[in-house]
Amino acid sequence: MSTAVIVFPASNCDRDAAVALEKVTGKPPRMVWHKDTSIPDDVRFVVVPGGFSYGDYLRSGAIAANSPVIRDLKDKSEAGLPVLGICNGFQILTEAGMLPGALMRNANQKFVCRISRLRLANAKTRFTSQYDAKHEIDVPVAHHDGNYFADDETLRRIEGGGQVVFRYSENPNGSRNDIAGIVNASGNVLGMMPHPERAVDTVHGGTDGITLFKSIVGSL
Amino acid sequence: MIARVYVGLKPGVLDPQGRTIAASLNDLGFDEVQDVTQGKIIELKLASGERDTVEARVKEMCERLLANTVIESYRIELDEEEE
Amino acid sequence: MARKKKSEITPEIVAEHGLSEDEYAIVLDRLGREPNLTELGIFSVMWSEHCSYKSSRRHLGKFLTTSDRVIQGPGENAGVIDIDDGDAIVFKMESHNHPSFIEPYQGAATGVGGIMRDVFTMGARPIALMNALRFGEPGHPKTKALVSGVVAGIGGYGNCVGVPTVGGETNFHPGYNGNILVNAMCVGLARTDNVFYSAAKGVGNPIFYVGSKTGRDGIHGATMASAEFDDDSEEKRPTVQVGDPFTEKLLIEACLELMATDAIIAIQDMGAAGLTSSSIEMADKGGVGIALNLDKVPQRETGMSAYEMMLSESQERMLMVIQPGKEKLAFQVFEKWELDVAEIGTTTDTGRLVLTHKRKTVCDIPIAPLADDAPNYDRPHEPTAPREILKPDEVDEPADYNDALIQVMTDPDMASKRWIWEQYDRHVMADTVDSSQSGGDAAIVRIHGPDGPTDKAVAITTDCTPRYCYADPVQGGRQAVAESWRNLTCVGANPVAITDCLNFGNPERSEIMGQFVGCIEGMNEACRAFDYPVVSGNVSLYNETNGVAIPPTPAVGGVGLIPDLTLVQSLGGARPGDTLILIGATEGWLGSSIFLRALQNREDGAPPPVDLQAERHNGDYVRKLIRNRRVRAVHDLSDGGLAAAACEMAFASGIGMELINPSELPAHAWYFGEDQARYLISTDGNSVNPILTTADGLGVPAMIVGKAGGTRLKAKGAFDVSLDGLRGRWEQWMPELMSGATETV
Repeated sequence: MSTAVIVFPASNCDRDAAVALEKVTGKPPRMVWHKDTSIPDDVRFVVVPGGFSYGDYLRSGAIAANSPVIRDLKDKSEAGLPVLGICNGFQILTEAGMLPGALMRNANQKFVCRISRLRLANAKTRFTSQYDAKHEIDVPVAHHDGNYFADDETLRRIEGGGQVVFRYSENPNGSRNDIAGIVNASGNVLGMMPHPERAVDTVHGGTDGITLFKSIVGSL
Repeated sequence: MIARVYVGLKPGVLDPQGRTIAASLNDLGFDEVQDVTQGKIIELKLASGERDTVEARVKEMCERLLANTVIESYRIELDEEEE
Repeated sequence: MARKKKSEITPEIVAEHGLSEDEYAIVLDRLGREPNLTELGIFSVMWSEHCSYKSSRRHLGKFLTTSDRVIQGPGENAGVIDIDDGDAIVFKMESHNHPSFIEPYQGAATGVGGIMRDVFTMGARPIALMNALRFGEPGHPKTKALVSGVVAGIGGYGNCVGVPTVGGETNFHPGYNGNILVNAMCVGLARTDNVFYSAAKGVGNPIFYVGSKTGRDGIHGATMASAEFDDDSEEKRPTVQVGDPFTEKLLIEACLELMATDAIIAIQDMGAAGLTSSSIEMADKGGVGIALNLDKVPQRETGMSAYEMMLSESQERMLMVIQPGKEKLAFQVFEKWELDVAEIGTTTDTGRLVLTHKRKTVCDIPIAPLADDAPNYDRPHEPTAPREILKPDEVDEPADYNDALIQVMTDPDMASKRWIWEQYDRHVMADTVDSSQSGGDAAIVRIHGPDGPTDKAVAITTDCTPRYCYADPVQGGRQAVAESWRNLTCVGANPVAITDCLNFGNPERSEIMGQFVGCIEGMNEACRAFDYPVVSGNVSLYNETNGVAIPPTPAVGGVGLIPDLTLVQSLGGARPGDTLILIGATEGWLGSSIFLRALQNREDGAPPPVDLQAERHNGDYVRKLIRNRRVRAVHDLSDGGLAAAACEMAFASGIGMELINPSELPAHAWYFGEDQARYLISTDGNSVNPILTTADGLGVPAMIVGKAGGTRLKAKGAFDVSLDGLRGRWEQWMPELMSGATETV
């Protein structure tokens, strides 16, 4: 079984995601270049990492969402392939229409990097099954465009369907309903602004992120 | 032909940048400023063609890339004069 | 000087290029003819203060620049040190002061971009960014917008490229009202056997241009020769350079990819004076000539002249000499990363720089004089007059010590800078062990080798206390180096080497030159006392407005090695019941202190003297205690003295502190004096006696000064405030200052 990390020209958390995946699976993931037209067949889980993909010109994630590899990723995710989009990866997944809503400029206009405390809004997804639902977790955020927006109807739908997975205890960016991460209706695509791959090692100051990787890899 | 695409936030979507600009203008003494909305202009230099066709193509560009219609609306202006 | 009547080069044009009459006479002599405008432009930038270091060169030569660990000292794009196991650390600090004052966002952003290029040019992947910022007084009308823009610019560039900004320092002082300082430092990781240099070698080797296209950005001396330009030339010549971090990221990845092959002979980034200085430095160091065809230079604008192309400071560009036969490989790599790339010339055996443009030779000058005959001035320097020593009884005690503590901890230099560092991605690359968020003495970044994370790390700090340097340049210079050495010690690192960024006023004034020479003397004494060489640096002069110079600010960037991550130390580990021990002697030095400024609005008095032997002695002992796991928290004493160090340790540890005054000194001198060579350590009861006894045996002053615990910050005979209350005030100062700041939109 293989996992994969998509690499855009200005991805900058691709190595971090790879280190986290190797820690959990014992095997380095495949690094898939953005111009590749397909994800290798043996890949069972894909991470779309953080960074600035194409400099985030136009809109964060907009140009990446139209890259060849994302087209294939979309098809495969519709067939059930689990996908995790972190930070810029979350932006790309919304731009590609794989997740509802959009990520707007932070409400205070400033880039924010801090340890965010998250509540588990849904601990029954494939990505969160190994968390203790009652416990809050500490995961760093670092973004300029993390302000989650969806219109009222969409918001009702995702809230009603248990698609909200993480909520900020202290909202750092103005996201509606304190949303930090959501899954699609089928539950196999997770997008989140916080960086679980930056909380997998004691030197990071916390290891709350590793459980997410263990949950999803364990479900494969 | 030149196509100008004006992209802005949809009405009802919070526009913190616009709000910040408005506050700054008020601070500078421009008290008449009541509200600001901001967006971007994207200018496309195109091979000339049938106006309707061109417009349809640019609309497709907006839908697929230039605007995120979850939060943004757009308006297209065509200018047929050569540069 | 026999000039023809219809000379293209008038004395006005020479003057506008910043060349003195004497300097121009040398140009005429070496060329044996009058230069054309392009040639004059080349001489002018190569002999500018920025490129030639003409006022500073002879003084910089005094620095200690070697040690067992130094692989490359000053003179290359960045310094290189050996950190064992085949790993090398490449680092440098550089100023971008003037551009940041004009356009804070882009000025700061391109400063970060430039320093990163200096580092990856040497074959290193950038792994950490630091900065040292100085702004005018908080209430000055420009300050908020400058802070806001500079911080956003630093973050906007570093965050996008994906290199963590892990620490720095920020001062506010009226002395910077007209000239802010933006000093950026980059630290990179390379392999000792794969470091790249700038010396072009061989004849007939292809020269490649890679990166962004060349535009008319940042061309200096542009007011001259208006006849050369058309009417809308102002519009065409933006003097502000705009940074493109996306292209920088592509350049890093592409260069590192090509560096993994044997295709590159020499490489140099195009920084100040762009194509001119990069090509001449490469040729000069390699002892070769260079011929360039300017028609091949990728250009962003139409109708660019040779003069403009040679002087453009467009960002994100590199020049390299490629191994013949490897051209195709180079093209492949750069095209994969979608960068502009062109073969623009070759190395030659003529020793000359020959430029052709539109089939004409537009420049043909010998290279050696550009470097060898560059002016090297011994400018008059007047030592700064020594100040009176302020004795504790000459300084009034405060009526209310609680208020005094609050004033000190909310002084602009002391208050929390969370507002700044939360805008920097401190965690990208996932190797940040400690950063600004801990409030610790130095940032710590784990070494991530080719096979993954290792157990070793580097510690990084930036330091300078300009008010000390202003009061006494020699002591201030010593103190800047000593504080960086202490800060590295506090986190358990072996200090290895420094980079410096020497920011001063107009060197043509003898008192300013006196500050410069004095600071270097003090710094160098400290470097030698600690075996802590300078491996790279930058000089920024003429930081003054209307005859008012900045306070002398020789910023020091220190790097240390932590061989074992399990022995990393922080200031946040104090536990209830711990004993607080002060290492180092206290005389209660209040001259030039934060206390004096915050409470009495005075900046007088001699600054604390720096006893280099005591520094070394005390620091080595503290490092030994850390290695022997004898301590739970360590913090150095600097601004604000013992009281401030205890508060910061309490904030980081999340518990209160109770201090005592076992000395004969009055409370204000004991708690707020800024004597040097001191450390506060927190330790459990069992370690107290061994620590004190060993210290006694070594002649290191050590005494119990309090205990940790509770929820208050108490000092016997002085203050008693709640930890949370004080922390709230300390955290609030900057958000309150910045509320309503005009954002860059």
